[in-house]
Amino acid sequence: MINCILAGVGGQGIVLASKLMAQAAMTNGMTVRTAETIGMAQRGGCVVSHVRMGKKIHSPLIPLQSADVVIGFEPAEAVRSLPYLKETGTVIVSRKAIKPVTDSLSDTDYNGDEMLKYLGSHCLHLIIVDTKAIFTTCGTTKVLNIALLGAAAAAGVLGVSLEDIESTIKEKLPQQFIDMNLKALRAGAITGLKETIVG
Amino acid sequence: MTLELLMGNQAIAMGAIRSGVGVVTGYPGTPSTEILETVAKRNPGHIYVEWSVNEKSALEVAAGAAYAGLRTMVTMKQVGLNVASDPLMSLAYIGIKGGMVVVVADDPGPISSQTEQDTRQFGVFSKLPVFDPSSPEEAYLMIGDAFEYSEKYGTPVIFRPTTRVCHGYATVKLAENCYEVKTEGFIKDPKWAIFPRLSYQNHLKIEVRQPVLGEDFSSYRFNSVLGNGKKGLATGGINYAYICEALEDLNAECKVFKVATPHPFPEKLALEFLEGLQEVLVVEELDPVIEKELVYLCGKHQLPVKIYGKLTQHIQNAGENTVESVTRAVAKFLERPTPQLKLPEDLPALPVRPPVLCAGCPHRASFYTVKQAMKGQKAVFSGDIGCYTLGNAKPLEMVDTCLCMGAGITIAQGLHRAQPEVVNFAFIGDSTFFHSGIPGVINAIYNDTDIVLIVLDNSTTAMTGHQPHPGTGKTMMGSISEKISINKVLSALGVKQLVTTDPFNLEQSIAVVQEAAAFKGLSAVIFKSPCIALVDPASIYSVDQEKCTGCKRCITELGCPAIVRENNTVRIDPSLCYGCSICAQVCPFDAIGGVK
Repeated sequence: MINCILAGVGGQGIVLASKLMAQAAMTNGMTVRTAETIGMAQRGGCVVSHVRMGKKIHSPLIPLQSADVVIGFEPAEAVRSLPYLKETGTVIVSRKAIKPVTDSLSDTDYNGDEMLKYLGSHCLHLIIVDTKAIFTTCGTTKVLNIALLGAAAAAGVLGVSLEDIESTIKEKLPQQFIDMNLKALRAGAITGLKETIVG
Repeated sequence: MTLELLMGNQAIAMGAIRSGVGVVTGYPGTPSTEILETVAKRNPGHIYVEWSVNEKSALEVAAGAAYAGLRTMVTMKQVGLNVASDPLMSLAYIGIKGGMVVVVADDPGPISSQTEQDTRQFGVFSKLPVFDPSSPEEAYLMIGDAFEYSEKYGTPVIFRPTTRVCHGYATVKLAENCYEVKTEGFIKDPKWAIFPRLSYQNHLKIEVRQPVLGEDFSSYRFNSVLGNGKKGLATGGINYAYICEALEDLNAECKVFKVATPHPFPEKLALEFLEGLQEVLVVEELDPVIEKELVYLCGKHQLPVKIYGKLTQHIQNAGENTVESVTRAVAKFLERPTPQLKLPEDLPALPVRPPVLCAGCPHRASFYTVKQAMKGQKAVFSGDIGCYTLGNAKPLEMVDTCLCMGAGITIAQGLHRAQPEVVNFAFIGDSTFFHSGIPGVINAIYNDTDIVLIVLDNSTTAMTGHQPHPGTGKTMMGSISEKISINKVLSALGVKQLVTTDPFNLEQSIAVVQEAAAFKGLSAVIFKSPCIALVDPASIYSVDQEKCTGCKRCITELGCPAIVRENNTVRIDPSLCYGCSICAQVCPFDAIGGVK
């Protein structure tokens, strides 16, 4: 069974990413269960999706220290979800920090660097995705979710291949968004391939 | 038979469609909203679907259709049932003809709710049968069973999923064939009109029915007793999944009682479970419903079985259970070593990230306007349920009270009676205004109460995912109806001081609010501007670094997530900015401007 946590901030497209991953796994004949954050937290709050793919799955929630992969859509959110990660698990994280209003209002100066440093010294396998470069390639910031999926699939840690996700995107997304998302998937995949597997 | 990846709520909808449901009504509320939306989206054509104005109306519309023999479903969140409890309690006595399922989603945690109330208790209170699915797949099949039991016993039934069933995806096997309902329509009969004598007679019948239903449920397909030993676990809903996970992790086995119908309790099956047991741990969320039933049964039958659970502090009394919390409790109960976790201990200080109003949200401008208008005056701001509850956060801090749907208007009236010298404001959103705000307005006018009503009209039900409502004129059947104007409603009720203003015009709006505050009697201001999710961004704003002095007024006054402090300067994140312009209006140095 592959357990994957997707963690980020409301509005980053986490629910869609987890759904595409689950759909690709299902098409491959796996059983899937997910648990999503939908509701109040979507307004800029912390959002965590649990995706479990395999043969027999009971709980939709992943137990602590059982995730094979943590996909962090934001450095601090990846760190927040580290208690879920197996010792041998992989973290895939977007470099771009999202400053919460609480941080701008206080004197703390959150910028994500400390989080990336912590991940670097505490994770056996870490892939940092340079999201800014991907945004430049794709011309939009809306594709972060797909780029991270691409990185994770290319790194070979999802139990779902890049091709599986590609065909799921073609099948499930509205026509006008397919090209942009495939571009993002490939851009993310290059990062995933290049950096497989540090540590 | 086709396989589909479905969210629990979608599975419930598909199950209802398959069961031949003819009328579906509801009011949006997390975690229930997607059920009705999915019925509307996957409507084969013959199903009437509506977002009703509130849960009471929804339940009554569905009851009427069920009187005429149609299968009906009503959807709401747990607190919605409080609003619909009046018709539900009476309907329990009257009964129905066509199958009627009241789907009420509970929210342990709570994750997105005001209370952690347990709808299974509403089943006990109303004496209505309750179904409690443990997974999306089971929910798909169970909703069909619920319709059948409803028709078999002529009673509405409650279907109670919790968040982890509602908002989890799973692979669901969908059947091809749909059940077809044939109805002869409404047949006049004295049994449809409730009178004390009829209620007495029906009460007798309900009490006779309860044990019969309990007996029937003892052989219900989703209730089960498995395993053996001297120790047993009893559970229901999503906690069944946690128990299976825990037993697998601990490599342990014991007797497990899964309760899919917590009310009326399947006593016969429960007695089979209790047979030969010494101890039972009951694992459930919210209230100790199964636990109390087992304690009662042990007393009634003088069984020497110890029952542990919430009442004995073996299971947490509040909040959501997790695989860990259940595994710990089960390990202790079965005297197995608790799995040791090596969790990271030296995590760096993480930024706090509470939900906030979106960048560009008109509510931010409205709250800021009222705050500015009332500067230096004693004022209390009563809020309500919706995105705008988030106006309580720093730096706005403009929600002093929040209770339940529609309560802001009436709480403000009570506060006014206690302290007439304070200006009392009541904020309410457009959907909440239609849901339960109007009676409060009438109450204020009738009793000549001096409060200021602020309607935050963003032309949608935003928090639950942008559902239409009477003010939008769009219905779930895709038709366009006459938009109900909040302005005209207030005017018809006799509100004399009534102004509609654009929240993004700060100067004008501040003057409007000051005028409303000075008015004696109920005055109203409608802040009208659509939710940003409904419109494209206007020209995006940026900070002129030459002019910015780093005073941070834009941040400390507005708390917009698009405005970011970087060392001593301020930057606007172009991917978040919606071009609402209020930061530019607030900047004392004219350092913020629009760019294309």
